Amino acid sequence: MSKFTKKKGSELPPVNTASLPDIVFMLLFFFMTVTVMKDSSLMVENVLPNASEVKKLEKKDRVLYIYVGTPTRDYQKVFGTEPRIQLNDKFASVSEVGDFILAERAKKPQELQNVLTTALKVDKNANMGLIADIKQELRKVNALKINYTTYEGDAFRNVQ
Amino acid sequence: MSRRGGPPEVNAGSMADIAFLLLIFFLVTTTIETDAGLDRMLPPMDPPEDIDVVIKQKNIFTVNINKSGQLLVEEELTNLKDLRKKAMSFLDNGGDGTCNYCRGRKDASSSDNPSKAIISLKNDRETKYATYITVQNELVGAYNELRNREAQRLYGRDFTEMEAQYLNPETASSIRDDLKDKVQRIQELFPQKLSEAETSSSK
Repeated sequence: MSKFTKKKGSELPPVNTASLPDIVFMLLFFFMTVTVMKDSSLMVENVLPNASEVKKLEKKDRVLYIYVGTPTRDYQKVFGTEPRIQLNDKFASVSEVGDFILAERAKKPQELQNVLTTALKVDKNANMGLIADIKQELRKVNALKINYTTYEGDAFRNVQ
Repeated sequence: MSRRGGPPEVNAGSMADIAFLLLIFFLVTTTIETDAGLDRMLPPMDPPEDIDVVIKQKNIFTVNINKSGQLLVEEELTNLKDLRKKAMSFLDNGGDGTCNYCRGRKDASSSDNPSKAIISLKNDRETKYATYITVQNELVGAYNELRNREAQRLYGRDFTEMEAQYLNPETASSIRDDLKDKVQRIQELFPQKLSEAETSSSK
């Protein structure tokens, strides 16, 4: 009997954690390289539709973002449940879109001002009326290059 | 007394904690972007001077989306899944025989030439955005399929792949210059003419 109890007395050796920092640093560098900083927090629902014939938006410094969707739950009490436009960090009306584009365009370096793309990140449940109004505003300020940002996937999943 | 057996070891036990802190910071503040989508050009605000261009009705392919997401294509109720095929047969028709690469039916009552064929898209104000994107996707897909076919015939590779490589800023400039001519040539064979009328209200 004493044969067995003797063995139990010796404790397990501690797990060597010396390589833990290396692993975590590896993860850290992975995330630092594949992600970009969030420039604004989303205040609207933003589930994009799917499309299969997509083109990648290269060069992030040439893109202006317009978000459209119903306000998230925190904001619904104040802003209602109809789809709204979000520019940078605040809700905006359609008439402010033109000024926003002009202001953002002025911030960009001279050589980029003519090659800017406006990315419309629109929730799939938004109505086309609002989009049509935004497009009309964009035409007024001559921001003609637009991109309907979508997820890559089967487009027919949108209509189910 | 001091320094017995070399310098003392630095305690690196908290290094993992520091690294975790940084990792969590980056996880919270960053997003993996979904930056891909359908590129479109809006028409300029001022109409061009030669406004009185007459376009024959047979060269226009009308697509109407109503507020419940149904499609009216060339005055016919159409399923979304058939839209791409219909658009392709319209673009590829080559009715007047001037298009030597078209493989369509050469129907005299459909489009004359891909360079004259215009797709007109009209939607209601209450149309769902998702439906609109699906329709846009199918129309762009129709162009892409035809362009791919011609690119395969002329250069032995897909147009979409060539274009993606051309637009990629990491491609070497010598390859880009070579691709530019090819991409432009294919684009001229099937120019994307997608006109969007102002949305109608349902009232």
